[in-house]
Amino acid sequence: MGTSSSRRSCRRLRPRSNSESVAMDLLDIARGPMLVFALAVFVLGSLWRLIGIWRRPRMPDLSPPRSGAPSKLSGALRAIVRGMWPRKEFGQTAAVTTLNGYVFHIGLALVFFGYAPHIAFIHRITSLRWPALPDPVMYLAAGATLISMLMALFYRLTSPVLRKISNADDMISWSVAFLPLVTGMAVLGETSSAILARDRVIYGAPLAVHLLTLELLLIWFPFGKLMHAFLFFFARAATGIRFSHRGVSL
Amino acid sequence: MSPATSAKPSFDMRGDESNETRVAAAMHGFVSEFGVTSALHMESCVRCGLCAEACHFYIATGDAKYTPIYKLDPFRRAYLREASPFAPLVRALGLVRRPDMADLQQWLELLYDSCTLCGRCTVACPMGIDLAELVKEARHGMFRAGLVPERLALMDRTARLWGSTATPGDDLPDILAEAAKQYGVQIPCDLAQADILVTAAPAELGDHTKALADAAKILNRIGVRWTMHQSGFDASNVGFNNGDLELQERLTRALIDTARKIGATTILLPECGHAYGAARWEAAKWYGAALPLRIIHMTEFLDELIADGRLRVNKIGETATFHDPCQIVRRGGLEAAARRVLGALGLELIELKDHGVTGFCCGGGGGVVSNQRAAPLRHKVFEMKKKQVEASGAKRFVTSCGQCRITLAMGAKQTHWDKPAESLLELVADNLTD
Repeated sequence: MGTSSSRRSCRRLRPRSNSESVAMDLLDIARGPMLVFALAVFVLGSLWRLIGIWRRPRMPDLSPPRSGAPSKLSGALRAIVRGMWPRKEFGQTAAVTTLNGYVFHIGLALVFFGYAPHIAFIHRITSLRWPALPDPVMYLAAGATLISMLMALFYRLTSPVLRKISNADDMISWSVAFLPLVTGMAVLGETSSAILARDRVIYGAPLAVHLLTLELLLIWFPFGKLMHAFLFFFARAATGIRFSHRGVSL
Repeated sequence: MSPATSAKPSFDMRGDESNETRVAAAMHGFVSEFGVTSALHMESCVRCGLCAEACHFYIATGDAKYTPIYKLDPFRRAYLREASPFAPLVRALGLVRRPDMADLQQWLELLYDSCTLCGRCTVACPMGIDLAELVKEARHGMFRAGLVPERLALMDRTARLWGSTATPGDDLPDILAEAAKQYGVQIPCDLAQADILVTAAPAELGDHTKALADAAKILNRIGVRWTMHQSGFDASNVGFNNGDLELQERLTRALIDTARKIGATTILLPECGHAYGAARWEAAKWYGAALPLRIIHMTEFLDELIADGRLRVNKIGETATFHDPCQIVRRGGLEAAARRVLGALGLELIELKDHGVTGFCCGGGGGVVSNQRAAPLRHKVFEMKKKQVEASGAKRFVTSCGQCRITLAMGAKQTHWDKPAESLLELVADNLTD
């Protein structure tokens, strides 16, 4: 908070142009009420969805387990881990889809959690911080993620199977994940150390747009398939428990 | 069910309900299925399409409509509108269209003709969604709406009348007496007390009575008290496949109640995959508690008898390949048991390219074998199995499910292929040590 106050004081030292003023107002909104709103929707919406699922009726499996079947916990953990890579029997499509998925999932995680200005942003909100990754790694990760996400989109638009099963959620989720990436790349004019060394924001409008796209992602997150970030864990575990009970090694 | 009603021509629609009534019944049926696991699985799909790569109907045809998650679309829409955490929002904003009669008729084919409940897609899903279970649950809603392929509906009506799709219980003693005479074995029927209640698959009560005789030969050899019984003898459970929960419960209770009545501690299931799914894993839910008896499939019974030395078999000494029945292996956990029995028979196992939990279905599970209009699709799937069997180069082709054998025999007949699938039970019975 101290950093934020001193920046505001610093900005007041010189008169701002109209466009700069609008940009800074937008940034203030993006950093302030919009961020709070987006985080609230993200947290409350995700909880609502998780609790809503959790409150569905339970249908316990009363059949006796296969002799020698692992515990529920073990069955769940095995399925969670086994689901991390496809079986070779399911062919090249499964391998390529999985590999591409890994590229953009890891890429997005690296960019979000490893880029020094992002860590500074998170630090301002939560007081948490960790060492940043070097800028070249970030550029590489961002580039790979961009290509990977475009490939995923291309595949979704051209594969007969994906065209058959896709709905609006797929395009919205792809867009809200893609927008922060491209708007973030648009403000990459300098090294992260140069950005952090400066005591005021010089690209107010692009940065505000970048932040707003992140907030869009947070707002959409509980309503669409981005929730798989939480749900995959439980979905795999449930199947793991069902199958290990039967003595099936998935 | 009057003869007039049962003979009424219909396009896969039972009864005279209005479309609106049918849709409402289907929606009610769909929604009543959404427990926590089903809800989790409905919510977790990222529509990656990898389930298509696992489905034999998609692989055999290349038609995207056979993508397993697509087969669940009306079910998914019902969930989103009626049971999901954001259902009020979805309805208020009209975000998801309510399934209508045209949808349900279209999906009738996808849910019944082109899904065998084999669950290969479940193994492929990176989110761990048990798609086969969801299709089975979706069938519950379809059945309530009276939307079932006509042949399956006919079998349903028969089972409701007779407790079996094959024969009334009254005829069982005669069928068993005839088989006993033909094969020279004792087949006890309706004993007042027994330790094991032995059950059959429908085909074993008709053309394939050798399986009954072989089971009798083995049971008599080990010297246990066993019987078959008019009040509970057909384990195939057509209600399980059709989505008729009421019938599934009734058929299940017939077996359990009969076993309890005669003091049996074990129900022995025939070589039938769906019998295993219905009885071994679902019987207890109708009682609301763990059952006071054991339900065991013929394959694991043979495996146990051989393992503890109560049954000894001669070595055949040839190569064999094995078709893994989906409900017994992928969804039943008996992959190793069947292989141990093959090993005891001295058969050198040459695995199919896809085997075990990723083995391809025969194409006839989930009632598809009985659904004539699905035959052309089924034959395409058979070609995949045939190629893998031929590629194995094995001399013998063995499986442990009677329904799979019938499906494979139908495919073989269609393609003039001279490689009948042999029964594991029959191989054991034919090779008992003197």
